Amino acid sequence: MIIRRGLAILEGMATTIKHVFQPPVTVQYPEQVRPLAERFKGRHELKRYDNGLEKCIGCALCAAACPADAIWVESAENTDEERYSPGERYAKTYEINMLRCIFCGYCEDACPTEAIVLEHEYRLSFYDRKSAIYTKEMLLVPVPPGGKPTPQKVPPGSFDRAIPDMENPK
Amino acid sequence: MSDIAILAIDATVKSVILIVVLLTGFAYGTWLERRFIARIQVRIGPNRAGPFGLLQPVADGLKLFVKEDVIPLGADKILFTLAPVITAIPALIVLAVVPIGEQVNLFGYTTTLGIADINVGVLYIMAVTSISVYGIVLAGWASANKYAMLGGLRSSAQMISYELAMGLSILAPVMMTGSMSLGDIIRAQQNTWFIFLQPIAGIIFIITMLAETNRAPFDLPEAEQELTAGYITEYGGMKFAAFFMAEYMKMIAVSVIAASLFFGGYQFTIPFTNIQLHTLLGGWMAPFILGAKVVASLMFMIWLRATLPRIRYDRLMAFGWKVLLPLSLANAVVTAVLVALDVFPSFG
Repeated sequence: MIIRRGLAILEGMATTIKHVFQPPVTVQYPEQVRPLAERFKGRHELKRYDNGLEKCIGCALCAAACPADAIWVESAENTDEERYSPGERYAKTYEINMLRCIFCGYCEDACPTEAIVLEHEYRLSFYDRKSAIYTKEMLLVPVPPGGKPTPQKVPPGSFDRAIPDMENPK
Repeated sequence: MSDIAILAIDATVKSVILIVVLLTGFAYGTWLERRFIARIQVRIGPNRAGPFGLLQPVADGLKLFVKEDVIPLGADKILFTLAPVITAIPALIVLAVVPIGEQVNLFGYTTTLGIADINVGVLYIMAVTSISVYGIVLAGWASANKYAMLGGLRSSAQMISYELAMGLSILAPVMMTGSMSLGDIIRAQQNTWFIFLQPIAGIIFIITMLAETNRAPFDLPEAEQELTAGYITEYGGMKFAAFFMAEYMKMIAVSVIAASLFFGGYQFTIPFTNIQLHTLLGGWMAPFILGAKVVASLMFMIWLRATLPRIRYDRLMAFGWKVLLPLSLANAVVTAVLVALDVFPSFG
Protein backbone atom coordinates (compact mmCIF):
# COMPACT_ATOMS: atom_id res chain seq x y z
CA MET A 1 0.00 0.00 0.00
CA ILE A 2 2.88 2.27 0.72
CA ILE A 3 4.25 1.31 -2.69
CA ARG A 4 0.98 2.25 -4.35
CA ARG A 5 0.92 5.64 -2.64
CA GLY A 6 4.53 6.21 -3.48
CA LEU A 7 3.82 5.45 -7.13
CA ALA A 8 0.92 7.91 -7.03
CA ILE A 9 3.35 10.60 -5.89
CA LEU A 10 5.65 9.74 -8.78
CA GLU A 11 2.74 9.99 -11.18
CA GLY A 12 1.99 13.47 -9.85
CA MET A 13 5.61 14.45 -10.26
CA ALA A 14 5.58 13.25 -13.86
CA THR A 15 2.56 15.43 -14.53
CA THR A 16 4.19 18.52 -13.10
CA ILE A 17 7.48 18.03 -14.89
CA LYS A 18 5.62 17.83 -18.20
CA HIS A 19 4.65 21.46 -17.69
CA VAL A 20 8.28 22.53 -17.74
CA PHE A 21 8.42 21.63 -21.41
CA GLN A 22 5.27 23.51 -22.35
CA PRO A 23 5.68 27.13 -23.47
CA PRO A 24 4.78 29.51 -20.64
CA VAL A 25 1.59 31.52 -20.89
CA THR A 26 3.17 34.66 -19.49
CA VAL A 27 2.92 37.82 -21.57
CA GLN A 28 5.84 40.21 -21.21
CA TYR A 29 3.81 43.32 -20.56
CA PRO A 30 4.41 46.14 -21.54
CA GLU A 31 6.50 44.96 -24.47
CA GLN A 32 3.80 42.47 -25.46
CA VAL A 33 0.12 43.22 -24.99
CA ARG A 34 -2.64 40.66 -24.73
CA PRO A 35 -5.26 41.17 -27.45
CA LEU A 36 -8.64 42.38 -26.19
CA ALA A 37 -12.12 41.19 -27.10
CA GLU A 38 -14.08 43.38 -29.48
CA ARG A 39 -16.63 44.33 -26.82
CA PHE A 40 -14.05 44.99 -24.10
CA LYS A 41 -15.29 47.76 -21.78
CA GLY A 42 -12.47 50.25 -21.21
CA ARG A 43 -12.51 54.03 -21.02
CA HIS A 44 -15.48 55.98 -22.39
CA GLU A 45 -15.42 58.15 -25.50
CA LEU A 46 -17.96 60.72 -26.72
CA LYS A 47 -18.36 60.16 -30.43
CA ARG A 48 -18.96 62.64 -33.26
CA TYR A 49 -20.71 62.46 -36.61
CA ASP A 50 -18.68 62.57 -39.83
CA ASN A 51 -19.28 66.31 -40.25
CA GLY A 52 -17.81 67.09 -36.86
CA LEU A 53 -20.96 67.63 -34.83
CA GLU A 54 -21.08 65.82 -31.49
CA LYS A 55 -23.52 62.96 -31.18
CA CYS A 56 -24.31 63.76 -27.53
CA ILE A 57 -27.57 65.71 -27.15
CA GLY A 58 -27.30 66.26 -23.40
CA CYS A 59 -30.30 64.12 -22.45
CA ALA A 60 -28.52 62.70 -19.33
CA LEU A 61 -30.03 59.24 -19.80
CA CYS A 62 -26.54 57.85 -19.20
CA ALA A 63 -26.36 59.65 -15.87
CA ALA A 64 -29.75 58.24 -14.94
CA ALA A 65 -28.74 54.71 -15.92
CA CYS A 66 -25.35 54.72 -14.18
CA PRO A 67 -25.53 52.43 -11.11
CA ALA A 68 -22.51 54.08 -9.51
CA ASP A 69 -23.65 57.69 -10.04
CA ALA A 70 -20.43 58.47 -11.84
CA ILE A 71 -21.70 60.77 -14.65
CA TRP A 72 -22.55 64.45 -14.35
CA VAL A 73 -24.34 66.13 -17.29
CA GLU A 74 -25.38 69.75 -17.68
CA SER A 75 -27.14 70.54 -20.92
CA ALA A 76 -27.66 73.81 -22.83
CA GLU A 77 -29.57 74.89 -25.93
CA ASN A 78 -27.97 74.80 -29.37
CA THR A 79 -28.24 78.01 -31.45
CA ASP A 80 -27.51 78.15 -35.17
CA GLU A 81 -24.50 80.38 -34.58
CA GLU A 82 -23.05 78.07 -31.99
CA ARG A 83 -24.10 74.51 -32.78
CA TYR A 84 -22.53 71.55 -31.04
CA SER A 85 -24.93 68.75 -31.88
CA PRO A 86 -27.70 68.15 -34.49
CA GLY A 87 -30.53 68.50 -31.98
CA GLU A 88 -32.11 70.96 -29.60
CA ARG A 89 -29.64 70.48 -26.78
CA TYR A 90 -26.01 69.58 -26.25
CA ALA A 91 -23.97 68.62 -23.18
CA LYS A 92 -22.43 71.84 -21.82
CA THR A 93 -20.75 69.96 -19.00
CA TYR A 94 -20.01 66.25 -19.20
CA GLU A 95 -17.86 64.64 -16.50
CA ILE A 96 -17.28 61.03 -15.54
CA ASN A 97 -15.72 60.21 -12.17
CA MET A 98 -13.45 57.28 -13.04
CA LEU A 99 -13.11 56.30 -9.38
CA ARG A 100 -16.85 55.65 -9.21
CA CYS A 101 -17.22 54.08 -12.63
CA ILE A 102 -17.58 50.30 -12.59
CA PHE A 103 -17.26 49.91 -16.37
CA CYS A 104 -20.58 48.11 -16.62
CA GLY A 105 -21.59 49.70 -19.93
CA TYR A 106 -25.13 50.70 -18.86
CA CYS A 107 -24.49 54.26 -20.05
CA GLU A 108 -23.59 52.88 -23.47
CA ASP A 109 -26.80 50.83 -23.50
CA ALA A 110 -28.95 53.77 -22.38
CA CYS A 111 -27.65 56.36 -24.88
CA PRO A 112 -30.25 57.05 -27.63
CA THR A 113 -27.74 58.47 -30.09
CA GLU A 114 -24.80 56.06 -29.56
CA ALA A 115 -22.76 58.99 -28.31
CA ILE A 116 -21.10 57.46 -25.24
CA VAL A 117 -19.19 54.28 -26.09
CA LEU A 118 -16.80 52.22 -23.98
CA GLU A 119 -13.56 51.81 -25.91
CA HIS A 120 -10.47 49.69 -25.29
CA GLU A 121 -8.24 52.03 -23.26
CA TYR A 122 -7.48 50.49 -19.84
CA ARG A 123 -4.30 52.26 -18.82
CA LEU A 124 -5.98 54.73 -16.51
CA SER A 125 -4.02 55.89 -13.50
CA PHE A 126 -3.93 59.17 -11.62
CA TYR A 127 -1.89 60.76 -8.87
CA ASP A 128 -4.74 62.48 -7.07
CA ARG A 129 -8.54 62.30 -6.84
CA LYS A 130 -9.05 65.54 -8.74
CA SER A 131 -7.53 64.17 -11.91
CA ALA A 132 -9.80 61.12 -11.74
CA ILE A 133 -12.71 63.27 -12.95
CA TYR A 134 -12.59 62.98 -16.73
CA THR A 135 -14.04 66.06 -18.42
CA LYS A 136 -15.76 66.42 -21.74
CA GLU A 137 -12.58 67.60 -23.43
CA MET A 138 -10.79 64.44 -22.32
CA LEU A 139 -13.62 62.15 -23.44
CA LEU A 140 -14.53 63.73 -26.78
CA VAL A 141 -12.98 62.10 -29.82
CA PRO A 142 -10.98 64.30 -32.21
CA VAL A 143 -12.72 65.76 -35.27
CA PRO A 144 -12.84 63.14 -38.05
CA PRO A 145 -11.21 64.07 -41.39
CA GLY A 146 -13.62 66.07 -43.51
CA GLY A 147 -15.42 67.53 -40.53
CA LYS A 148 -15.29 70.88 -38.82
CA PRO A 149 -14.63 71.40 -35.11
CA THR A 150 -17.52 72.39 -32.80
CA PRO A 151 -18.97 74.93 -32.16
CA GLN A 152 -20.03 75.25 -35.76
CA LYS A 153 -21.93 78.03 -37.50
CA VAL A 154 -24.65 76.44 -39.61
CA PRO A 155 -27.28 77.91 -42.00
CA PRO A 156 -30.48 78.48 -40.04
CA GLY A 157 -33.12 75.78 -40.34
CA SER A 158 -30.82 72.94 -41.40
CA PHE A 159 -31.15 71.09 -38.08
CA ASP A 160 -34.72 71.66 -36.98
CA ARG A 161 -35.70 68.15 -35.80
CA ALA A 162 -36.02 67.86 -32.04
CA ILE A 163 -34.50 64.41 -32.12
CA PRO A 164 -31.73 63.99 -34.69
CA ASP A 165 -31.61 61.20 -37.28
CA MET A 166 -29.62 58.21 -36.25
CA GLU A 167 -27.48 58.16 -39.38
CA ASN A 168 -24.62 60.52 -40.06
CA PRO A 169 -26.11 63.79 -41.37
CA LYS A 170 -24.95 64.81 -44.85
CA MET B 1 55.93 28.79 9.53
CA SER B 2 54.96 26.38 12.23
CA ASP B 3 52.52 23.59 11.49
CA ILE B 4 49.83 25.05 13.71
CA ALA B 5 49.99 28.42 11.94
CA ILE B 6 49.67 26.76 8.53
CA LEU B 7 46.76 24.67 9.76
CA ALA B 8 45.04 27.71 11.22
CA ILE B 9 45.40 29.76 8.05
CA ASP B 10 44.34 26.80 5.91
CA ALA B 11 41.21 26.20 7.97
CA THR B 12 40.34 29.90 8.15
CA VAL B 13 40.65 30.48 4.44
CA LYS B 14 38.60 27.39 3.65
CA SER B 15 35.93 28.39 6.17
CA VAL B 16 35.65 31.85 4.65
CA ILE B 17 35.33 30.32 1.21
CA LEU B 18 32.67 27.92 2.52
CA ILE B 19 30.64 30.74 4.05
CA VAL B 20 30.85 32.81 0.88
CA VAL B 21 29.82 29.84 -1.24
CA LEU B 22 26.92 29.05 1.08
CA LEU B 23 25.68 32.65 1.05
CA THR B 24 25.83 32.79 -2.73
CA GLY B 25 24.20 29.40 -2.85
CA PHE B 26 21.39 30.67 -0.64
CA ALA B 27 20.84 33.74 -2.81
CA TYR B 28 20.77 31.83 -6.06
CA GLY B 29 18.88 28.97 -4.45
CA THR B 30 16.00 31.39 -4.04
CA TRP B 31 16.44 32.40 -7.68
CA LEU B 32 16.41 28.77 -8.81
CA GLU B 33 13.34 28.05 -6.71
CA ARG B 34 11.33 30.93 -8.10
CA ARG B 35 12.29 30.26 -11.71
CA PHE B 36 11.84 26.49 -11.54
CA ILE B 37 8.52 26.58 -9.68
CA ALA B 38 7.37 29.14 -12.23
CA ARG B 39 8.25 26.86 -15.15
CA ILE B 40 6.43 23.97 -13.50
CA GLN B 41 3.40 26.27 -13.23
CA VAL B 42 3.65 27.18 -16.94
CA ARG B 43 4.83 30.71 -16.32
CA ILE B 44 8.16 32.54 -16.29
CA GLY B 45 9.66 33.48 -12.97
CA PRO B 46 11.14 36.90 -12.19
CA ASN B 47 13.03 38.09 -15.25
CA ARG B 48 13.06 41.85 -14.89
CA ALA B 49 15.75 42.43 -12.29
CA GLY B 50 18.88 41.91 -14.36
CA PRO B 51 19.21 39.39 -17.20
CA PHE B 52 17.07 36.33 -16.43
CA GLY B 53 16.20 37.90 -13.11
CA LEU B 54 19.68 37.13 -11.76
CA LEU B 55 19.76 40.30 -9.69
CA GLN B 56 16.42 39.46 -8.05
CA PRO B 57 18.08 38.04 -4.91
CA VAL B 58 20.06 41.27 -4.63
CA ALA B 59 16.83 43.24 -4.82
CA ASP B 60 15.23 40.99 -2.22
CA GLY B 61 18.20 41.37 0.08
CA LEU B 62 18.17 45.15 -0.21
CA LYS B 63 14.46 45.22 0.52
CA LEU B 64 14.81 43.14 3.67
CA PHE B 65 17.80 45.19 4.73
CA VAL B 66 15.97 48.50 4.75
CA LYS B 67 12.86 47.24 6.51
CA GLU B 68 11.99 48.40 9.99
CA ASP B 69 13.17 46.11 12.77
CA VAL B 70 10.08 45.36 14.85
CA ILE B 71 10.26 43.61 18.23
CA PRO B 72 6.84 42.85 19.78
CA LEU B 73 6.01 44.55 23.06
CA GLY B 74 5.98 41.53 25.35
CA ALA B 75 8.78 39.71 23.63
CA ASP B 76 11.99 38.68 25.31
CA LYS B 77 14.38 41.00 23.45
CA ILE B 78 17.52 38.95 23.87
CA LEU B 79 15.99 35.62 22.88
CA PHE B 80 14.02 37.22 20.08
CA THR B 81 17.19 38.49 18.51
CA LEU B 82 19.18 35.37 19.33
CA ALA B 83 16.73 32.84 17.86
CA PRO B 84 17.48 33.46 14.16
CA VAL B 85 21.19 33.34 14.93
CA ILE B 86 20.84 29.98 16.67
CA THR B 87 18.93 28.65 13.70
CA ALA B 88 21.33 29.95 11.09
CA ILE B 89 24.69 29.03 12.58
CA PRO B 90 24.30 25.22 12.49
CA ALA B 91 23.39 25.48 8.81
CA LEU B 92 26.70 27.25 8.21
CA ILE B 93 28.95 24.97 10.21
CA VAL B 94 27.56 21.55 9.40
CA LEU B 95 29.43 21.38 6.11
CA ALA B 96 32.81 21.68 7.77
CA VAL B 97 33.24 17.91 7.92
CA VAL B 98 32.25 17.11 4.35
CA PRO B 99 35.16 16.52 1.98
CA ILE B 100 34.53 18.07 -1.41
CA GLY B 101 37.50 16.64 -3.21
CA GLU B 102 40.81 14.94 -2.82
CA GLN B 103 44.34 16.27 -2.82
CA VAL B 104 44.94 19.30 -4.97
CA ASN B 105 47.91 21.49 -5.62
CA LEU B 106 47.62 25.26 -5.54
CA PHE B 107 50.81 27.19 -6.34
CA GLY B 108 52.91 24.49 -4.71
CA TYR B 109 50.72 24.15 -1.66
CA THR B 110 49.11 20.73 -1.38
CA THR B 111 45.88 20.43 0.51
CA THR B 112 42.83 18.26 0.70
CA LEU B 113 39.60 19.89 -0.40
CA GLY B 114 37.31 20.05 2.57
CA ILE B 115 37.85 21.70 5.92
CA ALA B 116 38.14 18.89 8.44
CA ASP B 117 37.41 15.27 7.64
CA ILE B 118 37.19 14.15 11.24
CA ASN B 119 36.72 10.51 12.08
CA VAL B 120 33.29 11.10 13.68
CA GLY B 121 31.93 13.23 10.88
CA VAL B 122 28.49 11.63 10.87
CA LEU B 123 28.09 12.13 14.60
CA TYR B 124 29.06 15.79 14.21
CA ILE B 125 26.43 16.25 11.52
CA MET B 126 23.66 14.71 13.61
CA ALA B 127 24.63 16.79 16.63
CA VAL B 128 24.82 20.08 14.77
CA THR B 129 21.53 19.69 12.94
CA SER B 130 19.81 19.07 16.25
CA ILE B 131 20.90 22.49 17.54
CA SER B 132 18.74 24.35 15.06
CA VAL B 133 15.63 22.95 16.75
CA TYR B 134 16.47 25.20 19.70
CA GLY B 135 16.40 28.25 17.49
CA ILE B 136 12.94 27.45 16.24
CA VAL B 137 11.35 26.76 19.59
CA LEU B 138 13.00 29.90 21.01
CA ALA B 139 11.66 31.93 18.11
CA GLY B 140 8.18 30.69 18.79
CA TRP B 141 8.42 31.33 22.53
CA ALA B 142 10.14 34.70 22.38
CA SER B 143 7.54 36.10 19.99
CA ALA B 144 4.91 36.53 22.74
CA ASN B 145 2.35 35.27 20.23
CA LYS B 146 0.20 32.18 20.84
CA TYR B 147 0.25 31.11 17.23
CA ALA B 148 3.97 31.54 16.87
CA MET B 149 4.44 29.43 19.98
CA LEU B 150 2.24 26.68 18.60
CA GLY B 151 4.04 26.85 15.28
CA GLY B 152 7.40 26.63 16.99
CA LEU B 153 6.31 23.65 19.06
CA ARG B 154 4.93 21.87 16.02
CA SER B 155 8.03 22.49 14.05
CA SER B 156 10.37 21.29 16.76
CA ALA B 157 8.25 18.19 17.39
CA GLN B 158 8.34 17.44 13.68
CA MET B 159 12.08 17.90 13.47
CA ILE B 160 12.96 15.71 16.41
CA SER B 161 10.59 12.96 15.29
CA TYR B 162 12.19 12.75 11.89
CA GLU B 163 15.70 13.05 13.25
CA LEU B 164 15.34 9.56 14.73
CA ALA B 165 14.54 8.00 11.39
CA MET B 166 17.30 10.09 9.79
CA GLY B 167 19.87 8.85 12.29
CA LEU B 168 18.88 5.23 11.76
CA SER B 169 18.97 5.58 7.99
CA ILE B 170 22.42 7.16 8.19
CA LEU B 171 23.49 4.14 10.22
CA ALA B 172 23.27 1.91 7.14
CA PRO B 173 26.12 3.49 5.09
CA VAL B 174 28.13 3.84 8.30
CA MET B 175 27.77 0.13 9.02
CA MET B 176 28.67 -0.83 5.49
CA THR B 177 31.77 1.35 5.56
CA GLY B 178 32.74 0.58 9.11
CA SER B 179 33.64 4.20 9.74
CA MET B 180 31.86 7.41 10.66
CA SER B 181 34.22 9.56 8.67
CA LEU B 182 32.57 11.04 5.61
CA GLY B 183 35.76 10.75 3.61
CA ASP B 184 35.80 7.00 4.15
CA ILE B 185 32.12 6.68 3.27
CA ILE B 186 32.65 8.57 0.03
CA ARG B 187 35.68 6.57 -0.95
CA ALA B 188 33.78 3.35 -0.20
CA GLN B 189 31.36 4.25 -2.99
CA GLN B 190 33.93 4.14 -5.76
CA ASN B 191 32.36 1.18 -7.46
CA THR B 192 28.69 1.45 -6.54
CA TRP B 193 26.79 4.21 -4.89
CA PHE B 194 25.10 3.30 -1.64
CA ILE B 195 21.71 4.29 -3.03
CA PHE B 196 21.78 1.08 -5.05
CA LEU B 197 22.92 -1.08 -2.17
CA GLN B 198 20.67 0.54 0.44
CA PRO B 199 17.61 1.83 -1.42
CA ILE B 200 15.35 1.78 1.63
CA ALA B 201 17.77 3.76 3.74
CA GLY B 202 18.26 6.18 0.87
CA ILE B 203 14.58 6.83 0.39
CA ILE B 204 14.03 7.21 4.12
CA PHE B 205 16.90 9.68 4.25
CA ILE B 206 15.42 11.71 1.42
CA ILE B 207 12.04 11.87 3.14
CA THR B 208 13.51 12.86 6.50
CA MET B 209 15.72 15.38 4.69
CA LEU B 210 12.54 17.18 3.63
CA ALA B 211 11.04 17.01 7.11
CA GLU B 212 14.21 18.35 8.75
CA THR B 213 14.29 21.45 6.60
CA ASN B 214 10.54 22.09 6.97
CA ARG B 215 10.15 21.73 3.23
CA ALA B 216 7.02 20.71 1.38
CA PRO B 217 5.16 18.50 1.88
CA PHE B 218 6.21 18.82 5.54
CA ASP B 219 6.03 22.58 5.67
CA LEU B 220 3.03 23.00 7.97
CA PRO B 221 5.02 24.99 10.55
CA GLU B 222 5.80 27.71 8.07
CA ALA B 223 2.77 27.62 5.87
CA GLU B 224 1.20 31.02 5.33
CA GLN B 225 -2.32 29.73 5.53
CA GLU B 226 -1.91 27.80 8.76
CA LEU B 227 -1.04 29.37 12.09
CA THR B 228 -0.41 32.66 10.28
CA ALA B 229 3.12 31.70 9.22
CA GLY B 230 4.00 29.83 12.39
CA TYR B 231 7.16 30.62 14.29
CA ILE B 232 8.32 33.41 11.96
CA THR B 233 5.13 35.44 12.29
CA GLU B 234 6.63 38.27 14.32
CA TYR B 235 9.88 38.46 12.40
CA GLY B 236 10.52 41.05 9.72
CA GLY B 237 13.46 42.59 7.94
CA MET B 238 16.91 41.16 8.59
CA LYS B 239 15.71 38.65 11.21
CA PHE B 240 13.33 37.19 8.67
CA ALA B 241 16.17 37.15 6.19
CA ALA B 242 18.20 35.15 8.72
CA PHE B 243 15.47 32.48 9.03
CA PHE B 244 15.02 32.39 5.29
CA MET B 245 18.76 32.02 4.88
CA ALA B 246 18.87 29.26 7.48
CA GLU B 247 16.23 27.28 5.62
CA TYR B 248 17.95 27.44 2.26
CA MET B 249 21.39 26.75 3.69
CA LYS B 250 19.98 23.75 5.54
CA MET B 251 18.58 22.57 2.22
CA ILE B 252 21.99 22.89 0.61
CA ALA B 253 23.75 21.26 3.57
CA VAL B 254 21.36 18.34 3.68
CA SER B 255 21.69 17.89 -0.10
CA VAL B 256 25.47 17.76 0.25
CA ILE B 257 25.16 15.17 3.00
CA ALA B 258 22.71 13.07 0.97
CA ALA B 259 25.05 13.25 -2.01
CA SER B 260 28.00 12.19 0.15
CA LEU B 261 26.26 9.36 1.94
CA PHE B 262 24.24 7.81 -0.85
CA PHE B 263 25.23 9.23 -4.20
CA GLY B 264 29.00 8.99 -4.20
CA GLY B 265 29.87 12.49 -3.04
CA TYR B 266 32.36 14.25 -5.24
CA GLN B 267 33.07 11.14 -7.28
CA PHE B 268 31.61 10.32 -10.64
CA THR B 269 32.67 7.46 -12.84
CA ILE B 270 31.03 7.20 -16.22
CA PRO B 271 29.16 3.88 -16.18
CA PHE B 272 30.72 0.90 -17.97
CA THR B 273 34.00 2.76 -18.32
CA ASN B 274 36.89 3.55 -16.10
CA ILE B 275 36.78 7.29 -16.67
CA GLN B 276 36.85 8.98 -13.30
CA LEU B 277 35.59 12.50 -13.79
CA HIS B 278 36.65 13.66 -10.37
CA THR B 279 40.30 13.30 -11.21
CA LEU B 280 40.13 15.77 -14.10
CA LEU B 281 41.66 19.23 -13.81
CA GLY B 282 44.12 17.96 -11.25
CA GLY B 283 41.35 17.15 -8.81
CA TRP B 284 39.57 20.48 -9.14
CA MET B 285 36.66 18.90 -11.02
CA ALA B 286 35.47 17.14 -7.88
CA PRO B 287 33.77 20.15 -6.22
CA PHE B 288 31.89 20.83 -9.43
CA ILE B 289 30.63 17.26 -9.57
CA LEU B 290 29.40 17.62 -6.00
CA GLY B 291 27.87 20.95 -6.98
CA ALA B 292 26.00 19.37 -9.85
CA LYS B 293 24.60 16.71 -7.53
CA VAL B 294 23.55 19.37 -5.04
CA VAL B 295 21.77 21.37 -7.75
CA ALA B 296 20.00 18.21 -8.90
CA SER B 297 18.93 17.51 -5.32
CA LEU B 298 17.71 21.10 -4.86
CA MET B 299 15.71 20.86 -8.06
CA PHE B 300 14.19 17.62 -6.82
CA MET B 301 13.13 19.32 -3.58
CA ILE B 302 11.69 22.26 -5.49
CA TRP B 303 9.87 19.88 -7.82
CA LEU B 304 8.30 18.13 -4.81
CA ARG B 305 7.25 21.44 -3.36
CA ALA B 306 5.45 22.33 -6.58
CA THR B 307 3.70 18.98 -6.78
CA LEU B 308 2.56 17.81 -3.39
CA PRO B 309 -0.02 19.21 -0.99
CA ARG B 310 0.83 19.69 2.65
CA ILE B 311 0.61 16.73 4.99
CA ARG B 312 -1.70 17.29 7.95
CA TYR B 313 0.15 17.49 11.21
CA ASP B 314 -1.17 14.38 12.90
CA ARG B 315 -0.59 12.30 9.79
CA LEU B 316 2.90 13.75 9.59
CA MET B 317 3.71 12.62 13.13
CA ALA B 318 2.08 9.23 12.56
CA PHE B 319 4.14 8.76 9.42
CA GLY B 320 7.37 9.63 11.20
CA TRP B 321 6.83 7.42 14.22
CA LYS B 322 4.73 4.55 12.88
CA VAL B 323 6.19 4.08 9.41
CA LEU B 324 9.65 5.59 9.02
CA LEU B 325 11.05 4.67 12.40
CA PRO B 326 10.15 0.95 12.25
CA LEU B 327 11.30 0.75 8.62
CA SER B 328 14.65 2.35 9.28
CA LEU B 329 15.11 0.25 12.39
CA ALA B 330 14.37 -2.94 10.44
CA ASN B 331 16.74 -1.81 7.72
CA ALA B 332 19.48 -1.17 10.27
CA VAL B 333 19.00 -4.63 11.78
CA VAL B 334 19.07 -6.39 8.41
CA THR B 335 22.13 -4.42 7.32
CA ALA B 336 23.89 -5.24 10.58
CA VAL B 337 23.21 -8.94 10.10
CA LEU B 338 24.42 -8.86 6.50
CA VAL B 339 27.55 -6.95 7.39
CA ALA B 340 28.29 -9.35 10.22
CA LEU B 341 27.92 -12.26 7.81
CA ASP B 342 30.39 -10.54 5.46
CA VAL B 343 27.91 -10.50 2.58
CA PHE B 344 29.21 -7.22 1.21
CA PRO B 345 32.63 -6.91 -0.39
CA SER B 346 34.83 -5.00 1.97
CA PHE B 347 34.62 -1.25 1.73
CA GLY B 348 36.71 1.49 3.22
